[in-house]
Amino acid sequence: MTLDTKDRAIIEATQAGLPLVPQPFAVVAETLDMSENELLARLKSLKAQGIIRRIGAAPNHYRLGMTANGMSVWDIDDKVVDELGEQVGSLSFVTHCYRRPRALPMWRYNLFAMVHGDGREEVLIKRDRIADLLGDACRASDILFSTRILKKTGMRLSGQKG
Amino acid sequence: MTRDLSKLDRQLINRLQDDLPLVSNPFETIGDDLGLSEQEIVDKVRQLRDDGFLTRFGPFFDAEALGGAFCLCAMSVPENRFEDVLTKVNAHAEVAHNYERDHKLNMWFVLATESRGDIMRTAKEIEHDTGLEVLLFPKKREFFVGFRVNA
Repeated sequence: MTLDTKDRAIIEATQAGLPLVPQPFAVVAETLDMSENELLARLKSLKAQGIIRRIGAAPNHYRLGMTANGMSVWDIDDKVVDELGEQVGSLSFVTHCYRRPRALPMWRYNLFAMVHGDGREEVLIKRDRIADLLGDACRASDILFSTRILKKTGMRLSGQKG
Repeated sequence: MTRDLSKLDRQLINRLQDDLPLVSNPFETIGDDLGLSEQEIVDKVRQLRDDGFLTRFGPFFDAEALGGAFCLCAMSVPENRFEDVLTKVNAHAEVAHNYERDHKLNMWFVLATESRGDIMRTAKEIEHDTGLEVLLFPKKREFFVGFRVNA
C-alpha cells in the first residue's frame, strides 16, 4: 500500500466529512486543485486497497435512542474462535467484533462483540442470541455495560506526515 | 434538543449507512429510491447531522491502513481514585475513547498512536502516572460486520 502526497491531501480534506451538497466530490476536488475525475479515481483506488471502508454516514447511537451499549465477551476455544467470530460478526446487531488475547488470570475472554440497544434488556436479549449461536463452544461469558463516556475524540490523521 | 424522526428520516438514516457510490451525484440514487429530489436528500442529511442524529458523513478510513496503531486497554481503578486516575489517563492525547464499564476492570480506553511502539510507551507512561496496571487487548483479528444501526 502506498499513499502519495495527493492521497494524503485527499484523506486530510475528507476525514472530517464531505460537504453536504449535490456534488460533494467536485467541491473537494476544487479545493485540492485536481479534477473531479482524478479525485473519484483516487478514492476508488483507496477503497480497492481497503484504506476506505465505505462512504456513508455515522449514526449517533445515543441520539437514536440506542442508549445502552454492552461489550459482550466470550471465552472460546482457540481452535474454533475464528470461525465462530465470523458468524457472530455477521449478526445484524453486532457493531464490532474482534478476537483479542486473553490476559490470564484476570481475563479469560478472547472474543469481543459490541451490542447496542434501546436499553439493557434489549442488549441482553441480543447477547442471548450470540450465546445460542456459540453453543457449547462458549466456556464462559460476561457483558460489560458502559456506564459513562469518559472521552470520545475522533481519530484524525495528523497533518505532519507525508 | 429532541424531535421525532419521521419514517422517511429513518429510511434515510438506514440508507446512508450503506456504501454510497463514488460518482458525481452520490445522493441521486437515494433520492430515486425514497421518492425525493437530490436537493431534498442533501437538505435532509444536513438537518439530520445538525440535529445530531448523524455524527458525520463521508469516507470511513481504516485507521490502521493509514499507518496508525490502535489498542484497546483496560484498568481496574479503585472507586475512590476514579476521578483522579481519569484525569491522568485522559491527559494523554493518545487516549481516543474512554468508557467506564461495570466490571472490576472498570476503565476501558483505546490508544491511537502513529506507530506500534508508541502504544507500549503510552501504556507504560499511564502505568507510571497512575501506579495501576494497564492491560493491553490488541486486536488479533477483526470480523466483518455490516456496521449499521436500525434507526
